[in-house]
Amino acid sequence: MQQKLRFLALALTQRLSSALGSAQASCVQYRLIVRDVTTLQLLQLYTCLDQIQYIEWSSDSLFILCAMYKRGIVQVWSLEQPDWHCKIDEGSAGLVASCWSPDGRHILNTTEFHLRITVWSLCTKSVSYIKYPKACQQGIAFTKDGRYMAVAERRDCKDFVSLFVCSDWQLLRHFDTETQDLFGIEWAPNGCVLAVWDTCLEYKILLYSLDGRLLSTYRAYEWSLGIKSIAWSPSSQFLAIGSYDEKVRILNHVTWKKIAEFEHPAMVADTKTVVYKEVEKPPSVETERLSFPPTRALASSLFSTQSKYDISQVPVSFQYIKPVADRANPKMGIGMLAFSSDNCFLATKNDNIPNAVWIWDIQKLKLSVVLEQLCAIQSFQWDPRQPRLAVCTGNSKVYLWSPAGCVSVQVPMEGEFQIVSLCWHPTGDSMALLSKENFCMCYLEREEVK
Amino acid sequence: MGDWKTVTVPVLSSDSKNIFQYTSEKKISPPSMNSQVLRLPLPSSKSMHSFFSAFCTEENIEQSISYLNRELTTLGFPSIYVEPKGKELNLISIINCMNELLVQQHKNLRAQEEVEMQHLKLGSDMDHLQNSYAKLKEQLELSKREIVGLQERDRQLQSKNRNLHQLLKNEKDEVQKLQNIISSRATQYNHDMKRKEREYNKLKERLHQLVMNKKDKKIAMEVLNYVGRADGKRGAWRTDKTEARNEEEMYKVLLSDYEQRQKQLLVENAELKKVLQQMKKEIISLLPPQKQKPKERSEDGPVLSDLEEDIGELNKENMWELSCETVREQLTNSIRKQWRMLKNHVEKLDNQVSRVHSRALDDKDVISREDHELKTEKLELEIQQCKEMIKTQQQLLQQQLMSPCDDDTTLLLQDCYLLEERERLQEEWRLFREQKKNFEKERRSFTEAAIRLGLERKAFEEDRGAWLKQQFLSMSTDYKHSENVTTPSAFLGSSDQDSRLTNSTSQQRKPHCTLSGPVSAEPGQMSQYISCNSSNAASKKPAGDGKPNQWEESDEGEVE
Repeated sequence: MQQKLRFLALALTQRLSSALGSAQASCVQYRLIVRDVTTLQLLQLYTCLDQIQYIEWSSDSLFILCAMYKRGIVQVWSLEQPDWHCKIDEGSAGLVASCWSPDGRHILNTTEFHLRITVWSLCTKSVSYIKYPKACQQGIAFTKDGRYMAVAERRDCKDFVSLFVCSDWQLLRHFDTETQDLFGIEWAPNGCVLAVWDTCLEYKILLYSLDGRLLSTYRAYEWSLGIKSIAWSPSSQFLAIGSYDEKVRILNHVTWKKIAEFEHPAMVADTKTVVYKEVEKPPSVETERLSFPPTRALASSLFSTQSKYDISQVPVSFQYIKPVADRANPKMGIGMLAFSSDNCFLATKNDNIPNAVWIWDIQKLKLSVVLEQLCAIQSFQWDPRQPRLAVCTGNSKVYLWSPAGCVSVQVPMEGEFQIVSLCWHPTGDSMALLSKENFCMCYLEREEVK
Repeated sequence: MGDWKTVTVPVLSSDSKNIFQYTSEKKISPPSMNSQVLRLPLPSSKSMHSFFSAFCTEENIEQSISYLNRELTTLGFPSIYVEPKGKELNLISIINCMNELLVQQHKNLRAQEEVEMQHLKLGSDMDHLQNSYAKLKEQLELSKREIVGLQERDRQLQSKNRNLHQLLKNEKDEVQKLQNIISSRATQYNHDMKRKEREYNKLKERLHQLVMNKKDKKIAMEVLNYVGRADGKRGAWRTDKTEARNEEEMYKVLLSDYEQRQKQLLVENAELKKVLQQMKKEIISLLPPQKQKPKERSEDGPVLSDLEEDIGELNKENMWELSCETVREQLTNSIRKQWRMLKNHVEKLDNQVSRVHSRALDDKDVISREDHELKTEKLELEIQQCKEMIKTQQQLLQQQLMSPCDDDTTLLLQDCYLLEERERLQEEWRLFREQKKNFEKERRSFTEAAIRLGLERKAFEEDRGAWLKQQFLSMSTDYKHSENVTTPSAFLGSSDQDSRLTNSTSQQRKPHCTLSGPVSAEPGQMSQYISCNSSNAASKKPAGDGKPNQWEESDEGEVE
């Protein structure tokens, strides 16, 4: 980890959208602020009609849409032409969700109660409607190359999937799925296989080919709570399925059969696993420099505890939490799954052991590293370019892990800064750390290899 | 007389009563004996004596003797009387009888002792056996009790086991029941959900109708100006053509994906096939050839040959293209066979090793470790020796080869040596030849000398003969002075006979000195002269003739 981290902090932000290129957008209340990524200098400032709930960049980074659900309005701003404006009003239909199409010229609005999805075009005057969309978490999925769109539908108490060609919104395929209650759909990165999985009451995942044929069905067990999260590997070779029984099952793309089963027990005994445990370091105070009244920096450094990683000796047991049995959507099972961009690692989080991140080596199909944090994991994300994982746990530290080691970095902010989510820049040179109200840009400087 | 009761030898005590008792137990018929016995007040010191004198007293000697005689005869001893029905006692026989009785007594005592010993032993054995019997009985009791206890435990455990089985069955039944309950509840919930959903859909439809009916002008998009497409092209209408094109595109995408995957799989396949073939070759090379059973060989033979043909074909052609099922199967099957054989072989080796470790050398193929070690040691020694030999030989070779390094000097040296030797040899030859010549000369001289000697002798004999003749004649001539028997040249005057003889001989000798030719002539002459002489001379002829012949012969002999 021979990299320097530069931090630039900003105040009072609500939403952040990562930029594809050099600009970064964030919104505060009803204002949209566009900045330069490297310097965070203000580039543009737009004002919307209402409090913005959602912002999204178009695929070519020329437009930003701002959705205001309460008002049912979507406003689109152009980066090239600040004068250009566009407003889409759903009126009494209401607005629940809004997103760009992959070509960057169409906006898909999902009306209230999931009555329909309206496809607004910015180039033509045409409007398309998709009826009976499914009211589920991931009802719309675009292929990576942006050619096809899969929409989950429900008619007559049955689930269907419609495949559209994004260029002209032609319905390509329409087929029913053998699911009780479709929970989500996701394309494989190669754009040829669509994963469709059922509600958590039923462990069932279906794999459909691009032309609508059912390739395979996988059921691990019956009756117990089923799939909680899934993730495709970037090469489309593997499909990782995290379920409520605290296990991750890996399916391979050739036979669509399970090739590995990863368990997340409360005790890790394998001697080849490295367990990094975050321990608090007592703050080092140089008594000479103490002055009265204490400066802000000093105060913050005194009160913010430093932490470092220690390697725990195997066997290690983790803090295991058994959730309350009579609540719905219990905090158990594998809640987060992510493959690294080079296909070598899989990071998982078992909600029963909320303080640990489990990193699995996919080449060997076994557990490689466990990061044990002091607080519960909020989110983690892999670097888009390297096998580097950034983790945040709700305190003002960001944790980075790579096969070389892991490091805990204190974000130098005045006051409280509880990082709840983070987002990498597509180049992997910087990442945005978000708290509830602020965000912070973290720049990772590459050291020249001599 | 009476039967003696078998009574043990009593311990004689001073008490006369004992004796009385003892004696009273005796059933001796002759009453006189008893009375006599009763009358005896015996002192202790003489008790034995008195006891022994109780039987016979001065009065009943004869009776006691006859009694004794009867007893002895009945017992098989000879009579103690000299004559039967006589009164003279045979002392010798008495003594013999006494001796016999003593011996028997000793024997009996010994027998008694032995019997007593045995009795004691048997008694102790009996005790011992009784003790052990008692112990075994105790043990038997204990073990019986234990068995009972264990049986009891066994019964308890079995009953526990049955209970647990029952519990398990119950639990399983419960689980099944619960599952059934769950499934029934799930179907019920689904049904309810569907019902609610239908209702909800109806509401949605209604709402949608209302929304649409309202014709809300608000549902619109306001845009300053329409933006061009991202790729710069114009928007196109949706037609059948476009639909077909889209389908085509989709299939193209799918096909390209499949093709890519197939390529990857082919590459992987080819690599794996290569690895398998390598493995097969290595396994075959590892396997010892004699371990292969002829059956398998014959099985593998055609298979292998086919396989090899196919593989040859595969190698000839492009490996990517050929992947027929049969070839694949054959390859995998043959590898499996070979691997199994290798595994068996390794297992056999393991068994052999373990057997060797446990030192059970039943198998002939197995060489014991010690022998093996000895052999290896021997071999090592041999190797060392051979190495040393090789080294020395190499050194010698090197030395020899090294000599050509001083080329000229060595050559010269060699030549010198050769020359020396040659000269020596030549000298020796010369000497040899000289000696040979000398020898021949000497021989010749000897032969000549011998011949001369022979001639001289002949001459001498002739002269002698002549002189004798002359003498005789002179003697006779003394009488006949007138006969004038003179021999001319050959014979000279008697006074000069010796000198003549010598002269003649010298004359004769001279011609002898010359070649052997005239030698033959002169004996003729000599014979002429000798024949003229008397018979003595004649008798000397053959001797004279013979001599030179002899000489010649001898000369010849010498020559030879």
